[in-house]
Amino acid sequence: MIQLTQVQKAFGSNRVLQGVDLTVPTGESMVIIGGSGTGKSVLLKCILGLVTPDSGRIEIDGQDVAQTDRDAFLARFGMLFQGAALFDSLTVWQNVAFRLLRGAQKKPKAEAREIAIEKLRRVGLKPEVADLFPAELSGGMQKRVGLARAIAAEPEIIFFDEPTTGLDPIMAGVINELIREIVVEMGVTAMTITHDMTSVRAIADRVAMLYGGLIRWTGPVAEMDASGDPYVDQFIHGRAEGPIESVR
Amino acid sequence: MSLTTPVATTGRITLGLLAAVGRVAMFAASTVANLFRPPFYWREFLSSLIQIGYFSLPVVGMTAFFTGGALALQIYSGGARFNAESVVPSIVAIGMTRELGPVLGGLMVAARVASSIAAEIGTMKVTEQIDALVTLSTSPMKYLTVPRVLAATIAVPVLVGIGDAIGIMGGFIVGVNRLGFNEAAYLTNTYDYLQSWDVVSGMIKGAVFGFLVALAGCYYGMTSGRGAQGVGRATKAAVVAASVLILASNYLLTEMFFSS
Ligand SMILES: Nc1ncnc2c1ncn2[C@@H]1O[C@H](COP(=O)(O)OP(=O)(O)OP(=O)(O)O)[C@@H](O)[C@H]1O
Ligand SMILES: [Mg+2]
Repeated sequence: MIQLTQVQKAFGSNRVLQGVDLTVPTGESMVIIGGSGTGKSVLLKCILGLVTPDSGRIEIDGQDVAQTDRDAFLARFGMLFQGAALFDSLTVWQNVAFRLLRGAQKKPKAEAREIAIEKLRRVGLKPEVADLFPAELSGGMQKRVGLARAIAAEPEIIFFDEPTTGLDPIMAGVINELIREIVVEMGVTAMTITHDMTSVRAIADRVAMLYGGLIRWTGPVAEMDASGDPYVDQFIHGRAEGPIESVR
Repeated sequence: MSLTTPVATTGRITLGLLAAVGRVAMFAASTVANLFRPPFYWREFLSSLIQIGYFSLPVVGMTAFFTGGALALQIYSGGARFNAESVVPSIVAIGMTRELGPVLGGLMVAARVASSIAAEIGTMKVTEQIDALVTLSTSPMKYLTVPRVLAATIAVPVLVGIGDAIGIMGGFIVGVNRLGFNEAAYLTNTYDYLQSWDVVSGMIKGAVFGFLVALAGCYYGMTSGRGAQGVGRATKAAVVAASVLILASNYLLTEMFFSS
């Protein structure tokens, strides 16, 4: 279980998170929605410890993240970054197998490569791309390699930052299914950020909306349409008119 | 208020500078500490060694060659004022090995290596590759900084040694072809007056310079600001810092080695 209590983070005068409370039960898929620049990516980075919150508590299975052994803690995680964040000095398969090629989960090279190619297949990429460099791939392909890397070592908790942006509708469907599969079959706890409402409905057990530095609404995905919250309604229907200001 | 403003500004700049020195020193200490803690990434180390050492050879060699040649001409025409043209071989050798070899070689490496390390690591930082490394349980310090700093510390003294030889050869070619020295006499003269400490002290300088160059590159890369502009600034800062550090530490080392 991931539990956030009153998490705050500001960059200078930009108060991005102003007291976020959120609980993600083990084995569930939580989707975070919210406007661009509301701090969704920052929220995930706070949990991973890549960004240090100014105040508040983040607990994983009741353990304070700030006080746990970082290596053991991170070994349980996989993360897909918004910009894929592939290592451009390594080939595609070496990126995917990064964790399998070194450290505690080290495997023989041939085996690591095989696993990498299998993960690439799961995100809809052919074995031929394995020996290319990230710079030789399209944006959507890079995103999927990032996804393959996030799931390669079969972590218990996976964060997906906009897994389907930049993908065609069919490929987006494939990725949605994959994420759902990972959660259901492998019992993974997932947190996904997305702007794509089709994805939300395909992936989520629960949905949380971040607005104004706070969790505006959270609940099961089935209740999202009847939330009665004007902010949520405006967001999920993509209306220009409503309580959320859209500067023009 | 207007009277105290300059004082306040001076104070603020001084404090800022001290803080920066402190941060770099902590970064250096952490690098050295991590050198002795496993894991050690051999592959990264070897590729850095090739990047920093082997590929810097042409630049350092050329710098040394022309410097040695110019030095021979200068000593010859300057020495003519007090009939000391015969010291050309020994002054070229001592000047190259003790001072010009390491300093100019170090500065060329600073231009080539500090910039490329800072740009590479800075780009990794702004494209979240450093964050990705951390989430993959790999310390950026161990994976990126330690191999580069160690490689530079080992490679630059070797470059300096090779540069010394090429510089002396540059002086020899100019001495024999332009200044009318006898080949054998030039070589004996060089050999007789050159002491091993001249060469060794220059190589020790080279090791220190290599350490500083890679450290500056890594530090400014790791602390790069956001976006292309951030990387540009980091690169510039790394080259400037590396060059100033080389010249300042060169003075200190020279004091230490030769002022008895
Ligand atoms: N390292 C940083 N330094 C300064 N400001 C930052 C940093 N990271 C994020 N911010 C700021 O925090 C705010 C939230 O950023 P974040 O990336 O979390 O947005 P987001 O909700 O993920 O948006 P999007 O949907 O567009 O990805 C933005 O205003 C951004 O400028
Ligand atoms: Mg984001």
